Amino acid sequence: MATEFTVPDVAAKTAAAANQEFETEKMSLAMGPSHPSTHGVLRLQLELDGETVTHCAPVLGYLHRGDEKIAENMTYNQFVPYTDRLDYLAPLASNAAYAAAVEKLANLEVPARVQAIRVITSEMARVSSHLMGLGAYGIDVGAWSVFFYCFTEREKLYTLFEELTGARFTTSYSRIGGVSRDVPEGWTDKVVAFCDQFLPILEEILKLLTRNKIFMDRTVDVGTISAADAISYGLSGPNLRGSGVKSDLRKDRPYWGYEQYDFEVPVGSKGDCYDRYLCRGEEMRQSISIITQAIAIFPAGSYYAEDARRIFAPKKAKILSSMEELINNFMIVTEGPQMPAGEAYFEAENPKGTLGFFIVSKSGGVPWRMKIRGPSFCNLSILPKVCQDELVSDVVSILGSLDFVMGECDR
Amino acid sequence: MTAIASDADVTASLQAKFPAATLRPSVDHPAVNVPMGEVIAVLQWLRDEQGFDYCVDVTAIDWAEDVSPRFTAVWHAYSTTGHRYVRVAADCTDDENPSVPTATGLWAAADWHERETFDLMGIHFEGHPDLRRILMWDGYPHHPLRKDFPLAGIETELPDIEVAEETQAKVIAAPMAGGPFVASSKGEVNMTDAEPRAKDESWNEQTPKPE
Repeated sequence: MATEFTVPDVAAKTAAAANQEFETEKMSLAMGPSHPSTHGVLRLQLELDGETVTHCAPVLGYLHRGDEKIAENMTYNQFVPYTDRLDYLAPLASNAAYAAAVEKLANLEVPARVQAIRVITSEMARVSSHLMGLGAYGIDVGAWSVFFYCFTEREKLYTLFEELTGARFTTSYSRIGGVSRDVPEGWTDKVVAFCDQFLPILEEILKLLTRNKIFMDRTVDVGTISAADAISYGLSGPNLRGSGVKSDLRKDRPYWGYEQYDFEVPVGSKGDCYDRYLCRGEEMRQSISIITQAIAIFPAGSYYAEDARRIFAPKKAKILSSMEELINNFMIVTEGPQMPAGEAYFEAENPKGTLGFFIVSKSGGVPWRMKIRGPSFCNLSILPKVCQDELVSDVVSILGSLDFVMGECDR
Repeated sequence: MTAIASDADVTASLQAKFPAATLRPSVDHPAVNVPMGEVIAVLQWLRDEQGFDYCVDVTAIDWAEDVSPRFTAVWHAYSTTGHRYVRVAADCTDDENPSVPTATGLWAAADWHERETFDLMGIHFEGHPDLRRILMWDGYPHHPLRKDFPLAGIETELPDIEVAEETQAKVIAAPMAGGPFVASSKGEVNMTDAEPRAKDESWNEQTPKPE
C-alpha cells in the first residue's frame, strides 16, 4: 500500500527548489609562471567553466631582458653572446642567424666552409632542440621514458658542441663574417658516428609515442589549427607546417647553400598536436640527412671571410707579430665591425620557427635599431584562439605541441 | 591573386596604384615609404592582390628625440606562395603622441606585434582591440626602446602600489651605466665616443648619480 504524505516535507521541498537552479560561476585559474608544462615563465590566465576553458589570456614578459635595447648599445660582435639567450635550447642556430643578418647588411659573402659549418651546427641544434621538445612533451602528456632516451642523445650532442665551441649551452660560436674557431680535427667523424648510431635510436624513441594509444588520445584532434589561422597568426616552423602549409625558408629562400642538400619538408594534414609531433620527428630524420650530406662535401678553406678586414678580427698569431694587424684588431675591438648605413631583414629557419633580425644601421659599429622577431612570440599569439573551449588538461598538451621557448618570446 | 615576376614589379605596381608611395633605400627586400593615411590600404592591397599573406612583424624606429619625424613604423610581409618579402614604412606625423592605424583587421599576428611596439616604443595603434602592455607590466610608466630612455634604466615602483608601500621596495636600475660592455649608440666613428661606456653619460663611476 502506497504511503501518502499529507504533511509536506519542508526540508525536502526547499532542497528541491534550490537544486532547480544550480549556482554556476566561472573559475579563474592562473597557470604559471612557474608551472612545469609552461616550459619556462609563461603565465596563462585561464577562465574555466568546470573543466572547459572559456577564455585564455597569456601573460608574457617574465623573461624580458631588453635584448633590443642592449643591442643598440653595443657593437655587432658584442651582441653574439646575447643571441645564445634567445633560443637557449638551440643557441648555435640563433648565433648563425644573427651573424647572417649582419652579414646581409654588410653585403658580406662568407666562405663555403663557414656556410657548411653553419648548416651542420644549425641542424645539430635543430635535432637537440627537437629532442628536448619531444622529451618534455612526453612528460607533459604522461610518458616519462621518452624524456630519458631523448636526453641521453641530447647529451651526446652537447658533448660535440663543447668540443667545437668550448661551451655546452652558451656557445657564442658565430662571428660577423665567420665562426669563432675552425672545426677541430676529427670532429666531423664524431658527428657522423653520432648520426649513424642516432638514427636507430630515433626510430625507437618515436616508436614509443607514434602509435601509443595514450599519446594519441591526448594529441589527435586536440588543438587543431587550420592552415589559414596558422598563416594569419604568423606561426612558423613545425607549427606552421603541422597545419599543412609547406613553408620552409631552407627550401623557399635557400641560404648558406641549403639548395645543395637533398631533404624533404614534412607537413601535417590536420594541424592538431599529433601532426606537429609527427613533423618534428620527421624533421630530425631530415636534419641528420642534411648533416651527413654537408660533412660528405665539407669544403676546405677559411673559417672566416678573409677579405672583411674591417669586420673580422685577424688571427692571434698575426696580431702578435704584425703592426697593421694589431692596429686592425684594436680598431675592431674598440669601434666594432664597421657596417654601412642601411636596413636589412634576415630570418632563418630555426628549430622553433623563423628567427628574424631587422637591423637599421646609420653606419659605424653599433646598430641604431635591432628588432628581433622571436618565432615563439608569434607561435604563442594563437593560444587564446586554440585553447578556447578545450579541456584544461588539453591546454598542457597544446602548450607542449607548440614547443616554444620563453627566451626568444620575451627577449 | 596575381603572380609576381620580380621584386621591382612589386614596388612598380605599388607606385602605380598608390602614387604617394616612394621607394625606400634597402639593401635586401623591396621597400616603400607610404603616407600614414594610406598604410592600411597599401597593406591590404599587398595582401589581397600581391599574395603577401603572412605578417612577419610590425615594429617602429625611433630616430632620436631631436629629429622630426621622430618615429617610423615598419611592416614586413612575406608571401608564403611567392617566397618574397616586402617592407612598408610610414613616418608618424606627431612626434609627441605618435599614432598608427592598426593592421589587426588584416592579420591576427599584428595584434601582439602592435602591443609590443606600443609597450616598448609608446606608439598608439588606433583601432587596436586590446592595446595593453605585453612585455613590461601593466603599470609601467616608460617606453624603454625610445632613445631618451637610458640603458641603465629608470627606477620605478613595483607594479602593485600596495606592495611598494608595504615593502618600500623599488626596482633598482640595471647596473649597466659605466659598465665595460656599453658603447655609444651614436654610430659615429670616433674613438672617444666609440670607446666602451654607458650611453647615459650624465653619471658614471666618476660623477655620482644625481638624486
